Amino acid sequence: MTQVSSVDLNSKIPNNVGLSDDPKLRRALEKWLPEYLEWWGDMGPSDFYDKPVFLRTAVSVTRDGWAHYDYVKMPEYRWGIFLAPPKGELTVKCGDEAGRPAWTEVPGEHRNALRRIIVTQADTEPASVEQQRLLGHTAPSLYDLRNLFQVNVEEGRHLWAMVYLLHKHFGRDGRDEAEELLRRRSGDPDKPRILGAFNQPCDHWLSFFAFTMFTDRDGKYQLAALAESGFAPLALSTQFMLTEEAHHLFVGETGLDRIIRRSAELQALDPNGDVRAQGGIDFDLIQRTINYWFSYSLDLFGGEISNNASDFFASGLKGRYREDKYEDHKALSGTYRLPVVEGGRLVEKDVPLRHAMNEVLRDAYVADCERALRKWNKTLEQMGSPTRLTLPSRRFHRHQGIYAGHFFDPEGNLISEETFEKNRRRWLLTPEDNDYLLSIMKPVYEPGKFANWIAPPKRGIEGKPIDFEYVKMHD
Amino acid sequence: MDQPSATNATQTFDPVEFETEPARYRHFRVTYDGPIATVTMDVDPSACIRPGYELKLNSYDLGVDIELADIVRRMRFEHPEVRVVVITSGNDRVFCAGANINMLGSSSHAWKVNFCKFTNETRCEIEDATAHSGQVYVAACNGTTAGGGYELALACKEIYLQDDGNSAVSLPEVPLLGVLPGTGGLTRLSDKRKVRRDLADVFCTTAEGVRGKKAVKWRLVDAVFPRSKFAEKVRARAEALAKEAAEGLPGGTRKPVILPPLAPEVTATSRTYRHVTLTWDDDARTATLTIAGPSEDDVALVERGGEALLEAGADLWALRAFRELDDALLHLRLNHMEVGLVLVRATGDPARTIRHDAALAACRDHWFGREVILHMARVLRRYDNTSRSFFALGDAGTAFAGCLFELALGADRFYLLDDPDQPVHVGLSALSFGALPMHHGMTRLSAHFYGEPESLEALADDTSLKTPEEADEAGLVTVLLDDIDWEDDTRVAIEERVSLSPDALTGMEQNLRFPGPETMDSKIYARLSAWQNWIFIRPNATGPQGALSLYGRPERPRFDWQRV
Repeated sequence: MTQVSSVDLNSKIPNNVGLSDDPKLRRALEKWLPEYLEWWGDMGPSDFYDKPVFLRTAVSVTRDGWAHYDYVKMPEYRWGIFLAPPKGELTVKCGDEAGRPAWTEVPGEHRNALRRIIVTQADTEPASVEQQRLLGHTAPSLYDLRNLFQVNVEEGRHLWAMVYLLHKHFGRDGRDEAEELLRRRSGDPDKPRILGAFNQPCDHWLSFFAFTMFTDRDGKYQLAALAESGFAPLALSTQFMLTEEAHHLFVGETGLDRIIRRSAELQALDPNGDVRAQGGIDFDLIQRTINYWFSYSLDLFGGEISNNASDFFASGLKGRYREDKYEDHKALSGTYRLPVVEGGRLVEKDVPLRHAMNEVLRDAYVADCERALRKWNKTLEQMGSPTRLTLPSRRFHRHQGIYAGHFFDPEGNLISEETFEKNRRRWLLTPEDNDYLLSIMKPVYEPGKFANWIAPPKRGIEGKPIDFEYVKMHD
Repeated sequence: MDQPSATNATQTFDPVEFETEPARYRHFRVTYDGPIATVTMDVDPSACIRPGYELKLNSYDLGVDIELADIVRRMRFEHPEVRVVVITSGNDRVFCAGANINMLGSSSHAWKVNFCKFTNETRCEIEDATAHSGQVYVAACNGTTAGGGYELALACKEIYLQDDGNSAVSLPEVPLLGVLPGTGGLTRLSDKRKVRRDLADVFCTTAEGVRGKKAVKWRLVDAVFPRSKFAEKVRARAEALAKEAAEGLPGGTRKPVILPPLAPEVTATSRTYRHVTLTWDDDARTATLTIAGPSEDDVALVERGGEALLEAGADLWALRAFRELDDALLHLRLNHMEVGLVLVRATGDPARTIRHDAALAACRDHWFGREVILHMARVLRRYDNTSRSFFALGDAGTAFAGCLFELALGADRFYLLDDPDQPVHVGLSALSFGALPMHHGMTRLSAHFYGEPESLEALADDTSLKTPEEADEAGLVTVLLDDIDWEDDTRVAIEERVSLSPDALTGMEQNLRFPGPETMDSKIYARLSAWQNWIFIRPNATGPQGALSLYGRPERPRFDWQRV
């Protein structure tokens, strides 16, 4: 049974899942704990482990309890296991069995599919920590440094949430998978992380903000779809993860907004409107970054026409974004129209709705990204800049799904490989871009000060001023 | 999605042609580096043999397998220097995803069965090359290896899997599709790799399969290598295997023998090759397959020994005639589904064929001579496995002798004319006593006399020419007919045969053709394929709510839970 008990903060592993009453599971997790800490020590932001960071820690799952702020040294952060308290009777939300009581134990017939879903989600959590492990050395401010670490520790906690499910519900296979999660490494040619975007280098702050804006936003939609799962423990875990994920998206969206704001200032400042001449990040480079990370993040949703997506929906394992807003939870008869490449051109095709569930989720995601773009362009307008940024077509630069293997321009027109390659440097991040970004990204560790290429935030964290010492670099 | 229904009505499409050549490959690249050849599978999703599906993720259909069969065959003749053949994938993440499921789901029963039979024969050819031609196949599974993809790997002598935390080998047919891994998968798991049966049970019901060290421990693969060292490690292993395989090989100049197109002359009712003629009568549901024996020049050539054979190359009668026979059988299987009875005739001079065989048998120490005989054996096995009734008709002018007498022994009945005015002689040859084994390891002669060991004993090494009476006396003839009875009796027999249930006949013939013990090969056809073909017509697989029918559709399968 999934029981959400009161929060036990005194045990080795803080939790509200009654771990003390389940000695077998507790022992298993306590065995995993040192392996996790070893991984965190090797692959986390270890150069900053002796610094007190003003972090938010979840101490309960109530409204005020999940965000408790205080200085914590990262190795002392209490990673715990929290399920959101269930609201009323839990049911299967979608598919053939929609409306029936939710499963509290793994149904045998869905065991493998569920394990795969959970492992794939879990794998992204440590991956992003690995991708970001050196960014502390080039942080534009203590405020941003603190946000980075907040994101890092919470990705670690999300890993815990998924590992709990694997240990609790998937027996020996689950334990093996939990160990594998600590063995794969982002970008390692031999043991890569499962999904492509989580093996891309993220070695400067422009990429970090783009990553938290676009890639973590995929995470939000995946978690939201899993929060509709008929497997109650998964639904309750992901619901709680979503509350933390919101902060990551905030970091990304406002981070890019602050860069755009600053670039607009520098554009106005420079006699030739040359942002780079002023040591800032020019808009072409920002656009290339958006193109790069948006397209890699779109891949994470999976194929446009997908048997797996259909199976997961049909069996009630994964719903749509806000499934309760839909009337028909079986989605058996509808179709979804999308452009496909046939005979060298794009034609519209109707596919069964269930097969298009990845695309349905991608729609919600793209709409959300478009909203952020409008916001940034609003910033540009307010700043008097003539520049506008755009979101590329969802067909552009894809490595998964029906558009992979074809070539599109950012507007979504089918083009030749030759044309694509000729424009690649105009459309996507280049090694020279990275060199330039690394050259301007020198750390700023003085409270209240910000690097030249980014504007300060509008406000600080938890009511603290902007010049608050968010990370104590010197005792 | 539009549900493909293409393969339900084979007749509305152009006939399937089984001949191809490297310049026409759409799905494979073959590179040669001394004794090591690398076959890279990189399936073109749009190049399907029938419309209605896409060959995604290195999945295959009959067209892909026709290319693979061509590669395996040409490797032996055109690349005799090759000792190790590494099969790998050109796809970044997938080695091979197996038979295309949408293709299977939308195919007629007959298409599925013929597809599976052909792919099984190709897998057996891979093993035959490894065992007898010193061409060792190695599977370098550099990505997901699922279903038929793993079955392809199982046909190789050794299997290496990339250890990247993701790539797994799997047989997901049962949990995902409600059918069997029918391309030898179950049989090779238990009989070849000797995977423990309880672990095999777990493996075959776990759709995502097994990866990494566990795959090694369970003997599913021979080793796992990290991604960055994969190519190098496989290469090192291939080099070691090439050295081993080079030992004890037959002699002769290792000069390639190029196999040119057969280019038969095709009409609405016939295919005419150089030595073979196939005609069919769709209304009568019969076909006639005639094969002409060697000429005096052909025999003289073979008598000059292995190097002379090599000079003749693909024009050699024994190679050319059996290639033609092979093509005719395949054509019959796929393109003339309703022809139920094949009347087989061999022509020429029986004494000459026996001399030919003796000379050819003497060339077995030459690599090419050996390959020619191995090829004859494979074609004859295709004949044994063809689900049509075969009546060998030894009427006037026929010459069932030596290797061509195998067609009479392999037929379901052998009618022989006994007419003193037109004597029809038959006889065994040096190739009758073991050179041309059936799938279950026996010669056709010993299978024929499974219950009469004394008759078999009496014919030991007897290559003399026999009169019809002598042949009948020896037990080699089903029905001996005189001139007066021939016409009527054979007509009645033919008409009776074509009136019987085709299903029952197929089952009956396949049971009666293979008396005695089984081998792994024969179990694949007799046990695995038979079960698979039953499952293929069961509603739980192919009914409107069956797992195979609904794969790729939004609905989920519903099973009839009754165990039958």
